[in-house]
Amino acid sequence: MFNVISNEIIAENLHKMVVSAPRIAHARKPGQFVMVRLDQGEERIPLTISDADSAAGTITLFIQAVGASTRNIVATPAGGFIRDVAGPLGKGTRIINWGRVVCIGGGVGTAVLFPMVKALAEAGNQVTTIIGGRSGNFILLAAELTPLSDTFLVTTEDGSLGTKGFVTAPLADILADPARIPRAVFAVGPVPMMKAVAEMTRPQGIETIVSLNPIMIDGTGMCGGCRVQIGAETKFACVDGPEFDAHQVDFDGLSDRLTSYHTEEAGMHAAAECKIGRNVSV
Amino acid sequence: MNNTLSAKERMGIARVVMPQLPADVRSRNFEEVNRGLSENQAFTEAQRCLQCKNRPCVAGCPVGVSIPEFIKALAAEDLPRSAQILRNDNALPAVCGRVCPQETQCEALCIRGVKGEAVAIGYLERYVADWAQQHPEQQLKETAATATGKTVVVVGSGPAGLTAAGELARLGHAVTIFEALHDTGGVLRYGIPEFRLPKDIIDREVALLSELGVGIECNVIIGRTLTIAELRSQFDAVFIANGAGLPAMLNIPGENLKGVYAANEFLTRVNLMEAGRTDNSATPVIRRSEVAVIGGGNTAIDCVRTARRLGAERAMLVYRRGETEMPARREEVTHAREEGVEFIMLTAPTEVLGTEDGWVSGLRCRKMELGEPDDSGRRSPRAIAGSDFDLSAGVIIDAVGTSANPLLTASAPDLSLSTRGNILINTGGETSIPGVFAGGDIVRGGATVILAMGDGKRTAAAIDAYLKRA
Repeated sequence: MFNVISNEIIAENLHKMVVSAPRIAHARKPGQFVMVRLDQGEERIPLTISDADSAAGTITLFIQAVGASTRNIVATPAGGFIRDVAGPLGKGTRIINWGRVVCIGGGVGTAVLFPMVKALAEAGNQVTTIIGGRSGNFILLAAELTPLSDTFLVTTEDGSLGTKGFVTAPLADILADPARIPRAVFAVGPVPMMKAVAEMTRPQGIETIVSLNPIMIDGTGMCGGCRVQIGAETKFACVDGPEFDAHQVDFDGLSDRLTSYHTEEAGMHAAAECKIGRNVSV
Repeated sequence: MNNTLSAKERMGIARVVMPQLPADVRSRNFEEVNRGLSENQAFTEAQRCLQCKNRPCVAGCPVGVSIPEFIKALAAEDLPRSAQILRNDNALPAVCGRVCPQETQCEALCIRGVKGEAVAIGYLERYVADWAQQHPEQQLKETAATATGKTVVVVGSGPAGLTAAGELARLGHAVTIFEALHDTGGVLRYGIPEFRLPKDIIDREVALLSELGVGIECNVIIGRTLTIAELRSQFDAVFIANGAGLPAMLNIPGENLKGVYAANEFLTRVNLMEAGRTDNSATPVIRRSEVAVIGGGNTAIDCVRTARRLGAERAMLVYRRGETEMPARREEVTHAREEGVEFIMLTAPTEVLGTEDGWVSGLRCRKMELGEPDDSGRRSPRAIAGSDFDLSAGVIIDAVGTSANPLLTASAPDLSLSTRGNILINTGGETSIPGVFAGGDIVRGGATVILAMGDGKRTAAAIDAYLKRA
């Protein structure tokens, strides 16, 4: 059992949870994740470790409540328990001093990006961070990322914060400016965003790293459910990733495999709503 | 009971037939197929044993169960004694009585099999083990071993780990098991379906270990949560039994289409996560009316029978050799056939076919013929030119084996590995790191439950000797 230390709502359907997991807090590196199962009967789901406090023995998770399992997890109050937290899993981010880097986060992907930015900044990189979201409410970690970034830019689709538009616009400006061309680009967010970034950096051959989020069951390499096509090879995101060379990733295949359970999940969602409805009416 | 039967009278008793659920009933549920012998059946079958002086059956058992002795006690209707004999040799008798391939081990060497049918040793083992689980109050008390003050950590709670933990605890060592998943049992729980091995059997075997004082902690992934170096510094000895790992794929086009599973994923969803089996499971599994499973081993049979139970009208097993070359147990093959599984033999898949929106629609196959024997002694399949044909299927399951999982080994650079990534050990089960031992599938590659248990038992003895030297 893993104790929930705090649980804050930071945007609609988005929670920041601090969980006591001393061994994981001690062992984790930026870019790694944990497998979380709230209770018996619940799914195992991968969640990136956004931060950790080795001394306090805690890890920080940002959780977007998008399905039944994540909704149940975020419903756990401070003082409550999560039955299973296993990790840290995946390879950590390769952190070196590239010189100039651009880090791009879309939506909840920013929570995955945050530990990378922190580690890159600590390694002496000159970091330009670009964060995007649907509206200002979905811009995560701006206060935390600003001091770590030499340049910090925000885009929102509705223009409620930063520049109206997508993260790709400021990236295009940077790539067009010889004085600002980065040595590496890190991008985490929705698959279409990561794909767009990869296509933008491909012509100039700028090393681009993305963190993938395929469906996982065990997270330890045992099941093969998280396989992704990387160049000519099939890789397992849980043991070979989750970070990969964006120019080698088959984003369309990844996108497609992410829809594998839409029919089943819609059924479960309907069943869950039914139960909620019954409870309310009684 | 009648202990005065003549050899001729014993020879006159026909081998017992295991009561089973009818195929049309069981192919739609996950109830255990083999129901177990009645008391009367067990006592009578035990009379068939000739109590050979040279005990050929024991030589066929990887854990060396005192087979004639436990059967003799059973024939004398002394169940507590029979259970005690069994338990002394075998940490998981209720598991072995169900999943061991007795027909190629102990029973293959039974003298009664020379002219007729072997004693049903596996069925008897299961009977005695189940009786023991159901009658804890009648168990003969084990004399608790004196605590040695030595600590051993076991990595993995599968058959090798559980066996070693039991042996070491009985020798008085303080044992801790770390399990990477959220529940115990390893392949016994995530891999073997409940219609062959009900989960409460595993729960009770694990509970017995806890009673022996074995500490079990889940969600600890060695190589990630803790390293081998950390374990080495905190415990007097380490036993690595973390199992096989990465599923092998066929590397044919279309394997990343939606609806293609590796056997481990399909079985883990259904067995460990209970997908498709209870209304309470949040984990989904894709069900289709036509399912093709590729492979010929026990895992392939488990997958195809599971698919049938999840509602497949056509549950097909596609194997590139013939039925006689299948490594799966005969009994499982027979059960699968009774349950309506289609055997598509001498057939090798060449491509997974898909729809425009990325779903599996079928399997392109090529007919094979058998040529000369290969390294495994089995006749090797050869493609027949121009024999391609398509099978319609909505789910494809690859059950073609596993390769070594690198999670643990990658974090321990001083651990010597084979070119395939399996841990190398000496004859005493010790790895290249002193005090660190290994066994089971991480050493052997994909093998059987009982071979892993044999490793666990042998290595426990080696660890005990090491601790006494240390």
